[in-house]
Amino acid sequence: MSAGEQRVSRTNPKVFEPITVPKPNNLRRNLIILGVTALVLGSGWFAGFSIPQIIRNLQRGGRLLGRMFLEPDWSFTPRMINPLIETIRMAIVGTFWGALTALPIAVIAAENFLKKPWISKPLRFVLNIFRTIPAMVLASLFVAIFGIGPYSGVMALSVFTFGLISKLTFESIEAIDYGQVEALMSLGANKLNILRYAILPQILPQFMSYTLYGFEVNVRAAAVLGYVGAGGIGQTFEQALAFRRFDRVGVIIIISFFVVLAIDLVSSSIRKRLV
Amino acid sequence: MIQFINVSKTYSNGVKALKNISVSIEPGEFVAVIGLSGAGKSTFLRLINQLIDNTGGDVIVDGVTVNKARGKVLRNVRRQIGMIFQGFNIVKRMSVLNNVLSGRVAYHPTWKTILGLFPEEDKQIAYRALQRVDILEKVHTRASELSGGQQQRVAIARALAQEPKLMLADEPVASLDPITTIQVMDYLKQINKEDGITTVANLHHVDLAWKYATRVIGIKAGEIVYDVPMKGMNKTQFCNDMEKVYGRPIHHDEVLGDGV
Repeated sequence: MSAGEQRVSRTNPKVFEPITVPKPNNLRRNLIILGVTALVLGSGWFAGFSIPQIIRNLQRGGRLLGRMFLEPDWSFTPRMINPLIETIRMAIVGTFWGALTALPIAVIAAENFLKKPWISKPLRFVLNIFRTIPAMVLASLFVAIFGIGPYSGVMALSVFTFGLISKLTFESIEAIDYGQVEALMSLGANKLNILRYAILPQILPQFMSYTLYGFEVNVRAAAVLGYVGAGGIGQTFEQALAFRRFDRVGVIIIISFFVVLAIDLVSSSIRKRLV
Repeated sequence: MIQFINVSKTYSNGVKALKNISVSIEPGEFVAVIGLSGAGKSTFLRLINQLIDNTGGDVIVDGVTVNKARGKVLRNVRRQIGMIFQGFNIVKRMSVLNNVLSGRVAYHPTWKTILGLFPEEDKQIAYRALQRVDILEKVHTRASELSGGQQQRVAIARALAQEPKLMLADEPVASLDPITTIQVMDYLKQINKEDGITTVANLHHVDLAWKYATRVIGIKAGEIVYDVPMKGMNKTQFCNDMEKVYGRPIHHDEVLGDGV
């Protein structure tokens, strides 16, 4: 009997017997809903979140935004060009070093190249740790070590990019067409030759794409690193905020927004053509 | 040239791919290895250049016990063995020339090959190899732009550039159309005849084995069940013999005919 058919009484074909199915067990689902609700409300309560306060401050916020964006101090523009260029420079150098160090490490971390799990496994664990540290935390750390300035920012971005690109790259290496590696092995190539002639040609476009992606992320990250004293536009931003010069804050936000947007657009259009 | 002495291969998942095989292949032979999928043909071929290592017995190639060879010694054996694959396995993001030149990497110091520094005579070897398979005009083309048949010819050229003594072909025509199949098989046969390069090819087409091989080895469930020279063999007899390999004889209407 198919599922759509109605069951007919055996004694009288005209009378339909009611079908009884067991009730669905919603206990698990209800418990999950309850748990998530409790989590959200509890967190909000601990964090002091209150909707009335948002409404009360709405006017003040609006006034502030008005001072930022309705009458920005455009004469400040020339003075933020240099910090902005410094920000981009930090992103470029950080991305460069990060990507450069990531490539060889990614090769070692890929399980299908060295085929020595006792090397690749612990290395991947370390790389995972690298990726869990936010760039801001790294920046504060390097400011403490190397002092205030863009150098610390570059260091932070390098380490951050290294973690990001090495992970993406070793995953790409593990996804290559292994037949090409086998062919190189069959003709007597050693590991380095296999790397040069079978692996790199396959992953290079992806690696460059990851590098550009790292650059996009780094431009955005570099823009706020100045907040912990690691150079770039963030430092200018923080000063303007400290002096309550919201007209300048507005200029910084507007110009940074368009520069970051332009870089993102250019970079992602190149990336699309790469892979 | 090649000797298998009581060779077995058991994979780590417990599959017994080859069971106690002993066979010897003489210089200049063109051996076709036939058998059902999973019978152990690929394993047999890959034991010769040790892309797979045997779990029992010895494989001797040109006097070297390859299953005991490691590092440089093994690589020096491998560079004398050309290999072509069903999936071509050329590097698609490189030019045809670089693909063929990569057949020379085992002859030079690593630092030179990494920098792509191949001597002029290697380039000449590469050009000649490409000319041999009639694809010299594609020398600067990116390999990914070639058709399947052209890619397989580049793969043959790469193997030729090794100046090999032995050529292994793992289902070389399984992903090619019938016309290209004949072309590729003709090139392999020509190289085998003119240069005296010993050739071992896994084939799915019984007709191709019949037409090209000087000797046919049949593998069934990891054992050699058939090993016969093709000289003087008549086709009806051969088709009937296939029962030993495939479990039933090949009927005349199942072969591609004499045009092939």
